[in-house]
Amino acid sequence: MSVIIKNGRVIDPGRINGPADVLIENGTIAAVGPGLKAPAGATVIDATGKWVLPGFVDLHVHFREPGFEYKETIATGAAAAVAGGFTSVCCMPNTQPVNDNQSITEFILDKAKAAGLANVFPIGAITKGSEGKELAEFGDLKKAGCVAVSDDGKPVMNAMVMRRALEYARAFDLPVVDHCECTHLSEGGCMHEGQVATEMGLHGIPSASEDVMVARNLALAELTGGRLHLAHLSTAGSVRMVREAKARGIRVTAEACPHHFLLTEEAVREFNTNAKMNPPLRSRKDVEAVKAGLKDGTIDVIATDHAPHAAFEKEREFDYAPFGIVGLETAWGLALVLAEEGVLTVEQVVSALTIQPARAFGLAKGTLAVGADADVTIVDPEAQWVVDPGQFKSKGRNTPFAGWKLKGRVVSTLVGGRVVHP
Amino acid sequence: MSLKRKDLLGIQDMSVEEITLVLETAESFKEVSGRDIKKVPTLRGKTVVNLFFEPSTRTRTSFELAAKRLSADVINFAVSASSVSKGETLLDTARNIEAMQADFIVLRHPMAGAPNILAKLLRASIVNAGDGGHEHPTQALLDLYTLREKKREFKGLRLAIVGDIAHSRVARSNIYALTKLGAEVRVIGPPTMMPLEVERLGVKVFYDLDEGLRGVDVIMMLRLQLERQGIALFPSIREYSRLYCLTPERVKLAAPDALVMHPGPINRGVEIAPEVADSVSSVILDQVTNGVAVRMAVLYLLSGGK
Repeated sequence: MSVIIKNGRVIDPGRINGPADVLIENGTIAAVGPGLKAPAGATVIDATGKWVLPGFVDLHVHFREPGFEYKETIATGAAAAVAGGFTSVCCMPNTQPVNDNQSITEFILDKAKAAGLANVFPIGAITKGSEGKELAEFGDLKKAGCVAVSDDGKPVMNAMVMRRALEYARAFDLPVVDHCECTHLSEGGCMHEGQVATEMGLHGIPSASEDVMVARNLALAELTGGRLHLAHLSTAGSVRMVREAKARGIRVTAEACPHHFLLTEEAVREFNTNAKMNPPLRSRKDVEAVKAGLKDGTIDVIATDHAPHAAFEKEREFDYAPFGIVGLETAWGLALVLAEEGVLTVEQVVSALTIQPARAFGLAKGTLAVGADADVTIVDPEAQWVVDPGQFKSKGRNTPFAGWKLKGRVVSTLVGGRVVHP
Repeated sequence: MSLKRKDLLGIQDMSVEEITLVLETAESFKEVSGRDIKKVPTLRGKTVVNLFFEPSTRTRTSFELAAKRLSADVINFAVSASSVSKGETLLDTARNIEAMQADFIVLRHPMAGAPNILAKLLRASIVNAGDGGHEHPTQALLDLYTLREKKREFKGLRLAIVGDIAHSRVARSNIYALTKLGAEVRVIGPPTMMPLEVERLGVKVFYDLDEGLRGVDVIMMLRLQLERQGIALFPSIREYSRLYCLTPERVKLAAPDALVMHPGPINRGVEIAPEVADSVSSVILDQVTNGVAVRMAVLYLLSGGK
């Protein structure tokens, strides 16, 4: 089975950025270069005027299955992923039951296989039931297919538990992913603590609730030599500390979400529950710091924290509405804003969505190198479109970006050489 | 004359003209409340639903009287914690009430922004009767009305709000109203009760009560929510009242004819000394009387002012 993608501009960061064809044989990349000859019987995809990119890799999604299938299933989540150009996604374990054992991991992989769309990589829990007390069985989780461990949705509050997790995970070379939030400082909070919360009379989540946990985690990474990955950084303090830690050679990677580099606390005005997520939208100064962190490589990865919820759950009092927004189907257009603003080059944007996340979790993905799995995303860089949640493949419609005019759209997605979108 | 808006959600988005219109309209309704027959037919045939998710006597009664004096039909709908726990959402409850053809929903709710949600999704006029720590616009309007009666001018008026500014909807609504009208607003309380960046609302912050009270024309005390002691915001009621209770000696630090206000209900001896609450400078009961007139004005003006 041969597929050839012709006449596009291939952007595979660090390898090629220019006009080239991509030849796929039996689900893997066979050749990349200008003027490739299509073998007899090959399927030809014309990518004139398009960019041909490695399939995007998202380290942070919530697919809600098992337990909350009314919000999202692995099949609908995977459909949303490929519609957004993501060929590989890592799903957080905060399902019901929590993915803290081999059988849940296998269940997730079975569902993903049945859906046959994106590659789904489960993330196992750090602690049993994500209760923050006893370590989950990392060995079993890894063997079953987990690529990292995290109690995401919650932090690991007990510093000793976090220390043991970072130490123990070394035996399996698993990254430990923390959602950095001191729950004592954030208790009762529902948006960034600052001027807007003060005006609206909403309880705040101070930047310090993230900063103190980032500081702790970096100290523990230094102590243990464990592989630390920090989820969804949102504050200037976090970025500063990670930058300093990297300069000192501590093993740490970090991600940022599009909403944290494009929106501020101002989006919450009018009690917009689609602008409620955790960590919350922060101040202008924080947004600038996150961008600076992406620019200088302090933040390695753009992730979505795709968190679908049912409409009725968001149509509630602001305090009662759940945290989280969907992100898979808007991420590319939103990330490209960074290139338009001159924060990153296009190649850097692609890198933060492909090879960088793949490296952070040690996935053999995010590249068009010869021999790699043929996960390819083709985008039209000029296509203008308006975000319409009604068109999402995800069950979740909860986005603060509805109505945004974006430039750059995913037109086709291939996983293992097979067209899975549209 | 009318307010060209469907709902009254807060003072923050009201113009000075709208505020003034409410205050002027309230004057004629205050006259109605002084009559032998305290009723006008203005809202005859209209239905006002008081939808209260928090216990309240003063505000609910005040709205009820206001609606009745305008000849509207009034239903009091007190939602107990138990029916919320049965799972009916705010929106479903309100849709049910609207299905009964309510023209006004007066909403008191423990969560900030609850009236904003209803305003967006329902046809009825929503009047915010206090939402979490956000706003309590009719309280601010009745405070303004009382101030105008006693002091005439807002411009240059020096006013101190004392207590838990961070969690007070009364403080927020009054800060928005008074700064719009040109008064000088001070907020006084321990730093744990000051919301972040409160100075940006155009107020001066004092942690020392004596210092903050010096020379002010109006002292507005807030009710101390006693459950917030402990590790939360202050160590003990004893220490709080030593530092922040308005005593007769402290009133003397203010201007000679200073007024003392309190939205009620008061904790005697905690944030306000009994002698002060009952003194001539106290206008606490005027506030209650004026509350009815101001709420009549709000309902009237929202109904189109016809």
